[in-house]
Amino acid sequence: MDLIYEKSQAGRRAGRVPDYGLPVPEVPASLARKDPPRLPELAENEIVRHFTNLADRNFGVDTGFYPLGSCTMKYNPRVNEIAARMPGFAQLHPHQDDDGAQGALELMWELQEILAEVAGLPAVTLQPAAGSQGELTGLMLMRAYFEDRGEGEQRDTVITADTAHGTNPASVTMAGYKLEKVATTERGNLDLDDLRAKVNERTAGLMLTNPSTLGLFDEGISEVAEIFHDKGALLYYDGANLNAVVGRSRPGDMGFDIVHYNLHKTFSQPHGGGGPGGGPVAVREDLEPFLPSPQVVKEGDAFRLDRDRPKSIGRVRGFAGPFGVFVRSYAYMRAYGTDLQAMSETAVLNANYLLAELKDDYEVAYDRLCMHEFVLSARALKKEYGITALDIAKRLMDYGVHPPTIYFPLVIPEALMIEPTETEPKERLDAFIAVMKTIAREAAESPELLKGAPHSRPVRRLDEVKAAKEPIVKHAFAERVPTGA
Amino acid sequence: MTAGYLSLTDRDRDEMLAAIGVDSIDDLFEQIPESVRFTGELDVPPALTELELIRHLETLAAKNAHTGVELSFLGAGIYDHHVPAIVDTILQRGEFLTAYTPYQSEMSQGVLQAIFEYQTAICELTGMDVSNASGYDGFTVAADACYIAKHAAGRTRIVLAETLNPQVREVVKTYAPGFGLEIVEVAHEGGVTDPARIAAAAVDAAAVIFPQPNFFGCLEDAPALAAAAREAGALAVAHVDLTSLGVLEAPGVYGCDMAIGEGQSVGNAQSYGGPHYGFLASRTDFIRRLPGRIVGQTTDLNGDRGFVLTLQTREQHIRREKATSNMTTNQTLLALGGLVTLAWLGPHGLRELGETCMSLAAYARERIALPVAFEQPCFKEVAFRTPRPARDVIREARALGVHPGYALGRDYEGLDDVLLVAVTEKRTPADIDRLADVLEEVCA
Amino acid sequence: MAGAESYPDDLKYHPEHDWARIEGDEAVLGITWWAQDALGELVHFEAPAVGDMAVKDEAYGEVESIKAVSEVISPLSGEIIAVNHKAVDEPESINEEPYGEGWLIRIRISDPSEAGDLLDVEGYRAVVAEQ
Repeated sequence: MDLIYEKSQAGRRAGRVPDYGLPVPEVPASLARKDPPRLPELAENEIVRHFTNLADRNFGVDTGFYPLGSCTMKYNPRVNEIAARMPGFAQLHPHQDDDGAQGALELMWELQEILAEVAGLPAVTLQPAAGSQGELTGLMLMRAYFEDRGEGEQRDTVITADTAHGTNPASVTMAGYKLEKVATTERGNLDLDDLRAKVNERTAGLMLTNPSTLGLFDEGISEVAEIFHDKGALLYYDGANLNAVVGRSRPGDMGFDIVHYNLHKTFSQPHGGGGPGGGPVAVREDLEPFLPSPQVVKEGDAFRLDRDRPKSIGRVRGFAGPFGVFVRSYAYMRAYGTDLQAMSETAVLNANYLLAELKDDYEVAYDRLCMHEFVLSARALKKEYGITALDIAKRLMDYGVHPPTIYFPLVIPEALMIEPTETEPKERLDAFIAVMKTIAREAAESPELLKGAPHSRPVRRLDEVKAAKEPIVKHAFAERVPTGA
Repeated sequence: MTAGYLSLTDRDRDEMLAAIGVDSIDDLFEQIPESVRFTGELDVPPALTELELIRHLETLAAKNAHTGVELSFLGAGIYDHHVPAIVDTILQRGEFLTAYTPYQSEMSQGVLQAIFEYQTAICELTGMDVSNASGYDGFTVAADACYIAKHAAGRTRIVLAETLNPQVREVVKTYAPGFGLEIVEVAHEGGVTDPARIAAAAVDAAAVIFPQPNFFGCLEDAPALAAAAREAGALAVAHVDLTSLGVLEAPGVYGCDMAIGEGQSVGNAQSYGGPHYGFLASRTDFIRRLPGRIVGQTTDLNGDRGFVLTLQTREQHIRREKATSNMTTNQTLLALGGLVTLAWLGPHGLRELGETCMSLAAYARERIALPVAFEQPCFKEVAFRTPRPARDVIREARALGVHPGYALGRDYEGLDDVLLVAVTEKRTPADIDRLADVLEEVCA
Repeated sequence: MAGAESYPDDLKYHPEHDWARIEGDEAVLGITWWAQDALGELVHFEAPAVGDMAVKDEAYGEVESIKAVSEVISPLSGEIIAVNHKAVDEPESINEEPYGEGWLIRIRISDPSEAGDLLDVEGYRAVVAEQ
């Protein structure tokens, strides 16, 4: 399909900007633009068609089943989109005085209250823009807490699990901490002996996803918390998998001191092809003074943004956070109300159903009940037929299913990480089971079919080596086209 | 369990539990140790049907004085520009709205090509060689630029012009301890930054970040600032407004190493501060240090053109603790809104947009009977001296139905009596007349 | 395309899958067949600068495939006196001839006694067998 730039015709246009007939001041010559930017020149009709055709070459939750492990690809209700576009929300300027933004502040306050209840921790900041920024914020909170206690220099190490998402170690480095990794046992829990040997007075804290990226709840979580708290260290909960436990187990009760949520996973902010997201952070009482500024506070019946926070780590992004994301997630929570736990219960039921029906056809990494997701391994298929997790992923496309997450977690060879989410009806799950069984059969009978997959998408398998070796990251314009401006 | 958006029937559930080999949902949660199981009911507000939800949210929305009900001249980083009708039409397509990051390229050619086109547009506007697929916002991309500069230059000092958006400076300072950076700020003189001061501060610095136009709405001598940075061996980073780049020179043309900024003014609603998109573009030299996603062009098995996420070894899911950033989620959908808007405007429209903003700002300057705070050429914002604290002027003007702008005293000592007035193409000369009248009344 | 698995007799090996060919007071360094095979088709060699010091057991550069990145560990210490530009420009040469055209850097050895810590081919084959 042509690029929008290849459809451009000099002099054609879509939008027009009002001309109020006022004189235009001269831009000083040294600052004025000489060559106009080569933006596309198309009729509005053709712009709409271009992006409609691009949409046709894309696949979303709206298109079909999307069991992408660790990403919680649940249904995104359309009423949330309507809500976020209400003029009182969408047209509200972030510098509006607090008395002109009471509805927005009230919504944020209510969202904080629900998030605090879900985490079992008292104080929440909504500011971080995404889970990874929530992680970084959490680590900055650790630093501020220990500096306040005069232990800032001493505590220089953060521990992560070997099964952790890559964001955890990356955040540790960005926050200026040293990284230490802890091993996982054969049951998929953190290795307590390894932990005891590694946690000491230099440890600032632990970053942990629970349930883990293996989809397993850490059965020794209380002991883990004790090991860290005994040494004065803190526990950080990576909320990537919170969708497994809402209303069934609370990170604060597990012993975590700092928690981030992914509003774009658990609370249905649409992923938008990569974003936006939201990464609020909850903390225990004595960490509240360090939360980013500003904070939404309630005084009597009024709400305001509190900027007088002398111990705060500062600001981690613009304004008070991605407000449009808050509207969507708040609306999602209110659709469940006090039945919010039903969301996690069904997510866990759906995952275990798939696991039960697929474990005879694929190797399972851990033979126990899973939480909201589980990991299969294609190791046996690779050994016998040369079929890899990648081949299975590509073949699933031909059956109209988005592939699961592959090659993660790194500790499982040929991993296929499957997360159905709670919003799928049983017929979808059954159809997926049937397809996965068919593919397992095809691997044995006609492996070339899988090696050459996908066969039904707008493109065949793409050459990623070529893209990395000589990166082409923007359109190469043939020549400077006169624009007639 | 018929709550919210769930659809399993009792029969489905029974069949599924039987297939798993357990008796109840509770059995599935027995893997959670009893001591950390939550058995109560969450203390949260009750469920609402769709109709009730809309009613509830409309009530909240009605409590906000938005720019459709209050004539507003607020800017200071976020602007009330027109978002073309086609933007929402396209962004609501489920294939874009409900897709994840395009790791599986054959399922995601639509969004991959769109990001490639976005990268191209950002490079064209800024005069840079490479753009990422977006950053969180125009504030965090400044911290990203510092991280790149630190590692590229092997230096730890960052120079920030004080005329940069104060929140940009705050975010950089929040990130600085973890990054191991020392931050130096250069004060303005008469509303703009003196290149000689930048030259002095930039010695041994990794980067200099300066705005164009600046937070006061004034045009900086950006080429001189970039040259001062580079002569000292520091990277020159321009923080720019996309709406200005139809009339103002591209940072790449005057020697900048990176161009960053907030994309909201092109294609995003104000939305009380987010979500928006930050853009981050650089010269080719830094391609392997950029944070976040980058889309590259390649070919498929048949030799046909296609697009993939490329140079992924920079990223956290591969390089982990050595990654260039911890970023995963970005702002693709908002950046797509930016691309659609730029395509709708085209080169002519973008130039007209800049000219209309400049002409309205000039009109405000002429029409409002207050002295300007800084005698400098400006783009779409003008700072005026008020006879009383600007905060008071704002409060009184709002009582008359006009939000006159932003009080610079919120961020700058000694500027308590300065009001920053922003215009966009959505404000008419008649709107500005009304602002002038209200300010005259309030300041009399 | 990569050739068949091989580990020449005349090289000294580091257990992190790096080799050294000692030539008087200089040494040529690179990665082994096993290393390039584990990484897959290489797309980038992040080379050090001539004049920098390579330190035994520490990284002097990185090699990347599309899905993996690996530090290159120096078997010996010394000043870097040459970088193989062919490996930079055509990283696939590292896959094709890891001991020939795909060498990475040349150093002037600063401590000849360090060579005593390195493995001979049998020792290294034992390391590979354990992987």
